[in-house]
Amino acid sequence: MPEAAQKLSIEVRVNGKLYSREVEPRLLLVEFLREDLELTGTHIGCDTTYCGACTVLMNGAAVKSCTVFAVQADGAEITTVEGLEKDGQLHPIQKAFADCYGLQCGYCTPGLMLSALQLLRANSSPDQKQIRKAIAGNTCRCTGYQNIFKAIETAAAQMRSSSHGD
Amino acid sequence: MYPRAFTYHRASSLQDAVQLLSELGEGAKLLAGGQSLIPLMKLRFANPAHLVDLNFVEGISHIQQKNGALHFGALARHAEIEKSPAARKIPILHDCAAGIADVQVRNRGTIGGSIAEADPSGDWATVLSTLSCDVRCAGLAGERIFKLSEFLKDAYTTALAPDELVSEIVVKVPPGNGGGAYIAFKRTAPVYPTASAAVQLTLEGDRCTEIAIALGCVGLLPIRVTEGEAALRGQHVTPKLMETAAEAARAAAEPQPDMRGSAEYKRQLVGALVKRATEVALQRARGQQVEVSHIYA
Repeated sequence: MPEAAQKLSIEVRVNGKLYSREVEPRLLLVEFLREDLELTGTHIGCDTTYCGACTVLMNGAAVKSCTVFAVQADGAEITTVEGLEKDGQLHPIQKAFADCYGLQCGYCTPGLMLSALQLLRANSSPDQKQIRKAIAGNTCRCTGYQNIFKAIETAAAQMRSSSHGD
Repeated sequence: MYPRAFTYHRASSLQDAVQLLSELGEGAKLLAGGQSLIPLMKLRFANPAHLVDLNFVEGISHIQQKNGALHFGALARHAEIEKSPAARKIPILHDCAAGIADVQVRNRGTIGGSIAEADPSGDWATVLSTLSCDVRCAGLAGERIFKLSEFLKDAYTTALAPDELVSEIVVKVPPGNGGGAYIAFKRTAPVYPTASAAVQLTLEGDRCTEIAIALGCVGLLPIRVTEGEAALRGQHVTPKLMETAAEAARAAAEPQPDMRGSAEYKRQLVGALVKRATEVALQRARGQQVEVSHIYA
């Protein structure tokens, strides 16, 4: 065991805003977001790299933030669910999840929406198989997924028609 | 969950990482993708006093074809391999990269980390056991190069010295008349497979001249099905011969019963997976495009 806890300075851009903080190396990215930055939209589910509730985008790539140390996000750009809404307008993915009843308790929803965002940025017209594969790392224990598929298809159509920048 | 406290070191180069490992001693571990190590640390199964982070080292995630071989930098991530046109030319590599765990894990996990961890349920070691694969290792004393079969010693045990690291994985490109397939069976995306099978073969006309069959998750190391290979080598591969290979796979497997299934269930499963992977490998060797990957409900 090291004597005194090491502290490291990190700079992380979260939803466009730059944060400088001192962190212990063992601090996980999800705890950094929730506890240090008070961005509690990112949820902790299983805490064992399974459920995907803690999914955020790190430099555009979906990651399970319970399985990345905050020090590893030094210099990175993070997108959390709080970064989806722009100027008081819901992101098309958020709107589609609401319109299609793509959630019940909502616990898995932030993670699912960020997995959907990575998918739709790379593929504006995903088929069912591609959608299933893209969210295979996100567990929902309420809805049974059908409405989540519908929500992602609906969001894809909306983003294509409005050539949404995101 | 928090891991036990540790001291963090950010390596600036592979040489720097090796130097740090040597100075810090056996309490130091390398952090690559972290998708196995971080969960192990959180559950306190692994309690390293020092972590040496490789993620800020430039130029070690390459995927390059050189002199008839594909070179993977230690930090080439599964998702990068999945998207790589060079890796797609060897379909068995694409099957593996595209099916490991889920998108989030593939975005972080690395081929070098997977091989160095030598988890009996890992995917890469099984797939690479069917190809000609070298593991390049860097240490203070210089470089050592191992055949994969010499590198893998036992479950979670490799030929790496404590102050050595995997720098590159080199895979010889199979001949143009070759075909391969990797199929892993798992209950859901994020979990380790229950069992898996990799088949790489070469066809001359309709005769199979070379074949390698490997099983994953049913032993401490990937298991080569040498009797099944011998039955198919030099033959026109008929369904009856495929059944012989499947029977040999069931006999070669050394499965342990666990929450994923009984030993007998896993034996049946590897037989079916070998048959299916052989069928796909044959189709691909004949030039057909066939998509396969991990199977889950």
